[in-house]
Amino acid sequence: MNYVLAFIFAGFVCLIAQIIYDNTKLTPGHITSLFVVIGSFLDLFHIYDRLIEIFHAGAMVPITSFGHSLMHAAMAGVEKYGVFGVFIGIFDLTAAGISAAILFAFLAAIIFKPRS
Amino acid sequence: MDNKKYNQLAQSMKPKSHKIKNSFNAFIYGGIIGAIAQFILECYMTIYDIDELGAVPMMSITLVFIACLLTGLGLYDNIAKHAGAGTFIPITGFANSMTSAALDSKSEGLILGIGANMFKLGGTVITYGIVSSSLLGVIRYVFTLIG
Amino acid sequence: MFSRLLDNVYIMDTGTVCGILEHQGPLGMYFDKYYQDYYCHEKTFEKAERRMLRDSLDICLKKIDMQESDIDLYLGSDLMNQNTTVHYLARDLTKPFIGVYGACSSFTLTLALGSMLIEGGFANKIMTMVSSHNATAERQYRYPVEYGIQKKNMSTFTATAGVSTCIANMKTSIRIDAFTLGRVIDYGQTDPNDMGRAMAPAAFDTFTNHMRDLKRSVDDYDLIVTGDLSHYGLKIFKEMLKQENIDTSNIHDCGCLLYDASKQNVFQGGSGCGCSALVTMGYLYSLLKEKKLKHVLVIATGALLSPIMTAQKESIPSIAHAVSLEVVE
Repeated sequence: MNYVLAFIFAGFVCLIAQIIYDNTKLTPGHITSLFVVIGSFLDLFHIYDRLIEIFHAGAMVPITSFGHSLMHAAMAGVEKYGVFGVFIGIFDLTAAGISAAILFAFLAAIIFKPRS
Repeated sequence: MDNKKYNQLAQSMKPKSHKIKNSFNAFIYGGIIGAIAQFILECYMTIYDIDELGAVPMMSITLVFIACLLTGLGLYDNIAKHAGAGTFIPITGFANSMTSAALDSKSEGLILGIGANMFKLGGTVITYGIVSSSLLGVIRYVFTLIG
Repeated sequence: MFSRLLDNVYIMDTGTVCGILEHQGPLGMYFDKYYQDYYCHEKTFEKAERRMLRDSLDICLKKIDMQESDIDLYLGSDLMNQNTTVHYLARDLTKPFIGVYGACSSFTLTLALGSMLIEGGFANKIMTMVSSHNATAERQYRYPVEYGIQKKNMSTFTATAGVSTCIANMKTSIRIDAFTLGRVIDYGQTDPNDMGRAMAPAAFDTFTNHMRDLKRSVDDYDLIVTGDLSHYGLKIFKEMLKQENIDTSNIHDCGCLLYDASKQNVFQGGSGCGCSALVTMGYLYSLLKEKKLKHVLVIATGALLSPIMTAQKESIPSIAHAVSLEVVE
């Protein structure tokens, strides 16, 4: 059941993005940025937490969850350190994804060459 | 013929786009990535005997690794041709934007090439993620002080 | 406008080198040489493009049995910033060199400039060189080559090719009998993925100027080809002509001829200065030589866009230059 839920939600988010991509002049850069902002906005009212409870990985995979995690980490930082916590904590939850992406991207660039 | 008239003419002959097919593909590919993520998540949950939130970073790292590898092998862009948003919305798309930018500028060297250009495409996601989250975070902080 | 008749400009011969997709396309057998992959045995795409152009130059020189130093002047153009490919190639040349830029219209622009110099008596033998490479153009104008992006269906596919053409004042079987230089036209099109639509008005403008200046009509030509309007742009161009009651039956487009859009994944068709050059100097040139065609008009179109100005939301200026090729009786 979890698989079906994950499939449906991740697919649904991509479907919305594709409809935006097909009908406007926005590039993937615009759309991903927009979705990140939407993700962090939804976390303001704890809506995204609910989505993750229901759809599990389906809600964690789209880039919206990136915004959600940043926001979440920032709030956790605030609780711990006050207003400076926003900056101290903001990367806490997304650090894994970002540092992995940097390292693997670097290694891939060293090992492979563009093929087209 | 003026701009307006030309636009009308050109618009009337526009080739058919496959919007329905594209949307369907995006849904399927995005969904598959979601299901794969769920599978990886559950694997780590059983292997390390942890709860879902603890396994999330491992799941992201694994997906990022797969995306970087596929990009390096030159397969990711071929999948993305069909998948559209199905591959750029999931976190794999972020990994692909970083890897493709790094690969592409490889010929300009380690520093001015790979180092300076890696975030050329993916950087915008981080920038707006940080800006929006910190602004909203401060807003929420102010609300908690008042409330 | 600026159209001139020429008496004394002949095409000596040509060298055409293409990539694998162009070779697999419907005109593949007309090109002198092809490379299996985008690297052409070089380390980077930029060097690969230069290698292809160098090969085409060597092939052309061999065909006319001349040394590099026998040419009076070289004219070159490509799609990259600072005309990288031709300028770096020109380091190896011992003769004067002029780099010009006309985006995808460069092919006819260099031919027209060379023709003027020869007709005016300033040079006897001129080599024109144009090149484009899919991966270098993608890098410069769009996204990294491995970036997973779904192209919009109005996009075109930059041809991978290097073409050298030698023109001279010595009589051969094919001559350049006229040319028309175009003006920059902008109908406010802003979509960089839809260049056929941006360039069709430029082709139309140059076409009408050519016909009016030289008092010719479509019936004077066996074939009229536009450079890289692609299927969509060609449709618009033909519709504009139809509104002026001009017969469009012998009008084609190099971008549509070069690839088989139904089988090859090239969206609306080919583009780039290599596209019009390959089709004209590979395919049409051999038809002219066999006298299957007598009189051909090539209108190469160019979208003079810069990614920076596109990001600043400016519209795309476009241009088209026409060159008329005729079989000498």
